[in-house]
Amino acid sequence: MKSALGIIIAREYLERVKRKSFIITTLLTPILMIALMIAPAAIMLFNTPESMSVAVIDDSGVLSQRLKSSDEITFVDYKESVESARADSEIEAILVIGPKVIENPNSSITVYFRGAPAITTDAYISGQLKNAIEDIRLEAYNIQDLRKILDEVEVDLSYPTIRIDKDEESTVSSALSYFIALIMDMMLYMFILIYGSMVMNSIIEEKNNRVLEIVVSSVKPSSLMLGKIAGIGLVAITQILIWAVLLGACSAWLMPLFGNMPAAQEDAEIMGALSQLSDTGFVVSLFAYMILFFVGGYLFYSAMYAAIGSAVDNAQDASQLSTIATMPVILGIVASMSAIQNPNSAMSFWVSILPFTSPMAMMSRLPFGVPFWQIALSLVLLYVSFLFLIWLCAKIYRVGIFMYGKKPTFVEILRWARYK
Amino acid sequence: MDYILSAEHITKDFTKHRALDDVSIAVPRGKVYGLLGPNGAGKTTLIRIINHITAPDKGCVVFNGHQLTADDIVNIGYLPEERGLYKKMKVGDQALFFARLKGLDKRDAERSLRQWFEHLEISEWWDKKVEELSKGMAQKVQFIVTVLHRPQLLIFDEPFSGFDPINAGILKREILRLRDEGATVIFSTHNMGSVEELCDEISLINRSRNILSGPVHDLREQFSDNRYSLAFIGNPTELQSAVANMCNSFDLGGIDTDGNATATVSLTSPDALKPFIAAANEAITINSFRRLLPSMDEIFVSAVENYNQKHTSDQ
Repeated sequence: MKSALGIIIAREYLERVKRKSFIITTLLTPILMIALMIAPAAIMLFNTPESMSVAVIDDSGVLSQRLKSSDEITFVDYKESVESARADSEIEAILVIGPKVIENPNSSITVYFRGAPAITTDAYISGQLKNAIEDIRLEAYNIQDLRKILDEVEVDLSYPTIRIDKDEESTVSSALSYFIALIMDMMLYMFILIYGSMVMNSIIEEKNNRVLEIVVSSVKPSSLMLGKIAGIGLVAITQILIWAVLLGACSAWLMPLFGNMPAAQEDAEIMGALSQLSDTGFVVSLFAYMILFFVGGYLFYSAMYAAIGSAVDNAQDASQLSTIATMPVILGIVASMSAIQNPNSAMSFWVSILPFTSPMAMMSRLPFGVPFWQIALSLVLLYVSFLFLIWLCAKIYRVGIFMYGKKPTFVEILRWARYK
Repeated sequence: MDYILSAEHITKDFTKHRALDDVSIAVPRGKVYGLLGPNGAGKTTLIRIINHITAPDKGCVVFNGHQLTADDIVNIGYLPEERGLYKKMKVGDQALFFARLKGLDKRDAERSLRQWFEHLEISEWWDKKVEELSKGMAQKVQFIVTVLHRPQLLIFDEPFSGFDPINAGILKREILRLRDEGATVIFSTHNMGSVEELCDEISLINRSRNILSGPVHDLREQFSDNRYSLAFIGNPTELQSAVANMCNSFDLGGIDTDGNATATVSLTSPDALKPFIAAANEAITINSFRRLLPSMDEIFVSAVENYNQKHTSDQ
């Protein structure tokens, strides 16, 4: 019954979207995300290290004038003894430099701090000392135009990498690939975890509400499963679209306020890298394939969750069995990270073909360019195994009806699958 | 006779036990058919097979003259024993959802739902969530959901559990009304009182087998044991000796100060009735004489106990 599928999709979708909890989480999540984006910036704004003055007792007489003070750390010459400096509670740090500091820096320098120093403070002081000592040692060679030579020697590296077995620029730089793969993998992982387990809980809820037999006497279990997966998938799309719009609107409004934040600079770098891709055809097909694998990954894993939901009748049992679904997802993410390192290895090939790991692994291989036959094979395997899982679910679901109150073993689940 | 449904030689095995063993039933069209039996006898399994929820290992189900298929379920309304509704869903939306799953289009479904809600005086529940309803209220909604699409065959598994006497009465009234409008009803129950009130025919399932089938009236005749109740004035001992050779048993009831006595007798055969009355008439003055038919309760207990005794001694 085709219409039954539509009715189930409509119910699953509308009942979720109309719920107060859906509206609240949908609206609150972007606020939380924005708070997460703003929080580091705000922390950086308000949590600047306290300024500190360092008393310098320089017996060498050559170093102290070369130490540059920063916004936080001020070097102050101190003429009296170490003991009197230590007695003065206003002095937070003392830098004692011995006479032989240029020849023998490590045994000549001592730093005293009142309380534990911040890592950045310590690093700044030692950096200043190192630079000053190196400069003095270099100058001892009496090289003419030293400053000019050093400036000329300095190199700022930035170059493109282009594959020779492909059309020019038809792949993405590996840093960008890594970034895209990571984002897509994480999104898929969240998607599977949140919405896949929603499918599972929806089936368990039917069992707990005792509504299952009424439903199963009206529709085929496979239609029910497909309807749930599709309905919840639509809920996910709705939620993500709302988030995208909200986030877009908020960041358009907020970004000017944080225009010079480091995060914004990274964004600019990514945008720059993306704009390097003049081959729009490749980018379009890349994202089309990614969406196909994304959807396939959701369908495959939510069907797996549905099978788990069919086999158990309460949330406690489900949480144990759902490791069966989460383990391969995590495995897939690990596999996809290794596939980024080595996109064309045999290992990468297999993990991107097998349905359990293929959605994640393909995400990281796609930006490097994957032969079409591999993509096609992987997609076919993924979608066929999704249909197989739905069939399996329907079997387990029918037999699971008779199992009220009994926790099934893995062997039993396998037996149910073979059940007529 | 015209049978809407017949289950033929159904056998169903589960991992540890046989739930149904060569069970056959035939449900006449337009009647109320009772499926009786002790707990765990296999009634619910049989009902699930009839509903195409699970498949029999052996045997087949014939519906309207053809083998039962998944498409037939739109002609069946099923109220399972394990029943519930989506708790978070509004009553009206939910009833519409189930009606549409059974193939009704939205407008028809809504119209007849409104009628039913009015008929059972629950219109004000339409926009309530199911979790706000009491158990009895939810049962009424479930009943409507079961019958709304006007199925030819209605199956109720323990329909009266959870109903108070008033609502159980309403339910009985509606079941009989649906039968009078042409529906066939199968229902399983432990409540023998409702069997006598409602059922035209029954099958008694015990230990996975059908041990007794037939029209309720015939069964009561068959189990009546030729028992009669007699109220009289006179000497009981005189009566007893006068009819002793015609009775299998003679139980004397009480006797009051005015000399009114009662007795319950079981005659040796139906043919002994006339000689018995003649002999009794000679001995005492008969105030009343009537036939005693066993209740379904008694039939149930005696059939099950007989069967169990026989099969325990077999082993």
